[in-house]
Amino acid sequence: MPLYLNDDQKMLQDSAADFMKGEGNVAHFREFRDKNCKDGFSHALWKQFAEMGFTGILVSEDEGGLGLGHTEAGVVLEEIGRNLTPSPFLTTAVAGVEALNAGGKALRDKYFPGILSGDSVLALAIDEGPKHRPDQIAMAATREGNGFKLDGKKQFVVQGGSADTLVVVARTSGSAGEDKGLTLFAVDTNASGLSRDSVRLVDSAMAAHVEFDGVVVDADAVIGEVDEGSAVLQRMLNAGRAGSAAETLGVGAGAMDITVEYIKGRKQFDTIIGTFQALQHRAAHLYSEMEIARATVLKAQQMLDEGSSKAEMMVSVAKAKASKATSLSVKEGVQMHGGVGMTDEYDIGLYMKRDRALAEFMGDANYHTNLVAEMHGY
Amino acid sequence: MSDLESFRVETAAWLEANCPPEMRQPVVDESDICWGGKNPTFKPGQKEWMDKMAAKGWTVPDWPKEYGGGGLSRAETKILLQEMGRLKIRSPLSSFGIWMLGPALLHFGTEEQKLHFLPPIARGEVRWCQGYSEPGSGSDLASLQTSAEDKGDHYLINGQKIWTSYADKADWIFCLTRTDKSTKHKGISFMLFDMTSKGVETKPIVLISGQSAFCETFFTDVEVPKTYGDDVSSVVGEVNRGWDVAKYLLGHERSMISGDGSSGATSLGSKFADQYGRDEMGRLDDPILRAQMAEMDIDVLAFRAMAERFGDTFKANLCHPAQPNMMKYAGTEINKRRHELIMSAGGSEVLEWESDASNGGLTARGWLRTKANSIEGGTSEVMLNVVSKQILQLPNA
Repeated sequence: MPLYLNDDQKMLQDSAADFMKGEGNVAHFREFRDKNCKDGFSHALWKQFAEMGFTGILVSEDEGGLGLGHTEAGVVLEEIGRNLTPSPFLTTAVAGVEALNAGGKALRDKYFPGILSGDSVLALAIDEGPKHRPDQIAMAATREGNGFKLDGKKQFVVQGGSADTLVVVARTSGSAGEDKGLTLFAVDTNASGLSRDSVRLVDSAMAAHVEFDGVVVDADAVIGEVDEGSAVLQRMLNAGRAGSAAETLGVGAGAMDITVEYIKGRKQFDTIIGTFQALQHRAAHLYSEMEIARATVLKAQQMLDEGSSKAEMMVSVAKAKASKATSLSVKEGVQMHGGVGMTDEYDIGLYMKRDRALAEFMGDANYHTNLVAEMHGY
Repeated sequence: MSDLESFRVETAAWLEANCPPEMRQPVVDESDICWGGKNPTFKPGQKEWMDKMAAKGWTVPDWPKEYGGGGLSRAETKILLQEMGRLKIRSPLSSFGIWMLGPALLHFGTEEQKLHFLPPIARGEVRWCQGYSEPGSGSDLASLQTSAEDKGDHYLINGQKIWTSYADKADWIFCLTRTDKSTKHKGISFMLFDMTSKGVETKPIVLISGQSAFCETFFTDVEVPKTYGDDVSSVVGEVNRGWDVAKYLLGHERSMISGDGSSGATSLGSKFADQYGRDEMGRLDDPILRAQMAEMDIDVLAFRAMAERFGDTFKANLCHPAQPNMMKYAGTEINKRRHELIMSAGGSEVLEWESDASNGGLTARGWLRTKANSIEGGTSEVMLNVVSKQILQLPNA
């Protein structure tokens, strides 16, 4: 498969780009931020996502979706990133759906209709500390009657406040650091004993601290097999990481475009500042980094779609590389804008904040650099 | 099975059955690369492998069959290269004829030029060198002064080239000459001539690595006929329009120097962990070096994906015409950093310059060699200029 988008994917890209630019643009983002909306996104826009078919990209055709892959999900995510579109797409339709795809049909029949119609929002309860350490998950799920009782705390549950369902990773046996003993659950956010404290993040997105105080779930809430959740978790993480790399790439590309346009217009010393070699070389270096990041993201998506056993390595490469390139893009962006880069009025700072939050989602560049070393056996 | 799948199976089987075992060993140094030519020095297996592959046209798999190529499609060529990589089979023939002159002739050459020059390149019979840079014309290549005076049936060449790779070993040269002194870019011609012509002299340049891959090349009243035989012109493209050919070729050269950002080994970290020591968790026991190695592994894997994407988009005419400049910049900068890290990991042992243990200072010489990567074929600074102006469309001062 050549490493560029095919014609169908390009058509999807065109329609996703038009849609985000029209309906989910930066003005829309500002509107929701300034309203101090507690969900952090528009439910009407989420319904439109569904009407466009986006929420069904990773759902099979038999189950009413489009039966497409990570590459197509990434195409939509890149446009989300480029336009700073607020939506629960990444947690619900990408990572959430992929977790459900790894589980049984009963759960898919239960949750897919709501996702396909844009009525349902999923959030992921994975992290237990300030840094993403899925191998250290300790939250307990103990057997109780026909099901399990969940006790513990999760944080950085993005869209956790507005979600109707949480995908929760907990430990049914063994101890932190062990591969075996993890189990994933689909948990109703209205469940008794579950409390959520929704907080606004630096990028204006909403994330929740979630506390589980003896939350009882049925055995049929288990996604996959009891104690064998690490494979389901991995699949969800692969999807979420490749997806967030794609969104990050969109943020970086958007920031770069804005900045290059800005330095083509801004004059100082009676000269367009974009004629200065000091800026030209930095801009060209940034372009180079963004191009390389783009290649890694597409490669990771294609490898996931092919079911390659080496996809995980490439996903980490893509997450690390997209994160670094985009971090460069937003930092250079603010600096090259000068004083106005520090104002709320100009968009470039919004890109910097979005990048910062995305960087922490499912592991930052350092985390994935360490994973690459581990996967290489050193 | 699809046609491509059967092609893959048949190709793999043929490669396994025909490739000499010596040609499946890793390339260690320069002498392991087969360059062909009229006065070749072959190591065991090299000639056999070159001839077998040339007979199938697979030294230049994507060239048309009538010019000595294999006539393979893009997809088939990619499969052949993938299978050679998978089976760790060496390239049968390396040459500036294949990388540079061939593409120029295929694009700009007359039918007579193609039939005359291409098959001997494909068979490894003639080794070419490239006469571009001059002492006063480096980054500003189009200011070149080597003159070609029109003498009726021939040109008279006078001047000096520098950084001519392997000029002392080459049989023929493709050379940029000035055919009109009144103008800059539109007074340059792309000429082909024999390095054994009277008046051609070469002098190898000793580099900081102690090696001399490059030469100074002097031309004193060299007579170059306007045609070879009846109808094979010694000028590619039109007279005075050689810059078009040169620019086209610089694209090829830049992609070539960019390589895949690495020379062989997949992971530096796993190699050095064995050498350097591991902690009780099996991790490379210098945490800072480990982190640097892992970052380099990421950069190498990332650039490999970039190289794949560049190749795919280039062939499908989807990439920006100035993209090779970005590839050259990124690939050479990664390679330089990679060799810095190798030196750092090797410590005092890789400082040895002549010992047997250091294989004659192989690591140190390799490290020094990479410093030329971001200078030859256009400096990193020139690449960034081109990217910022042609791709990002940033204005001129």
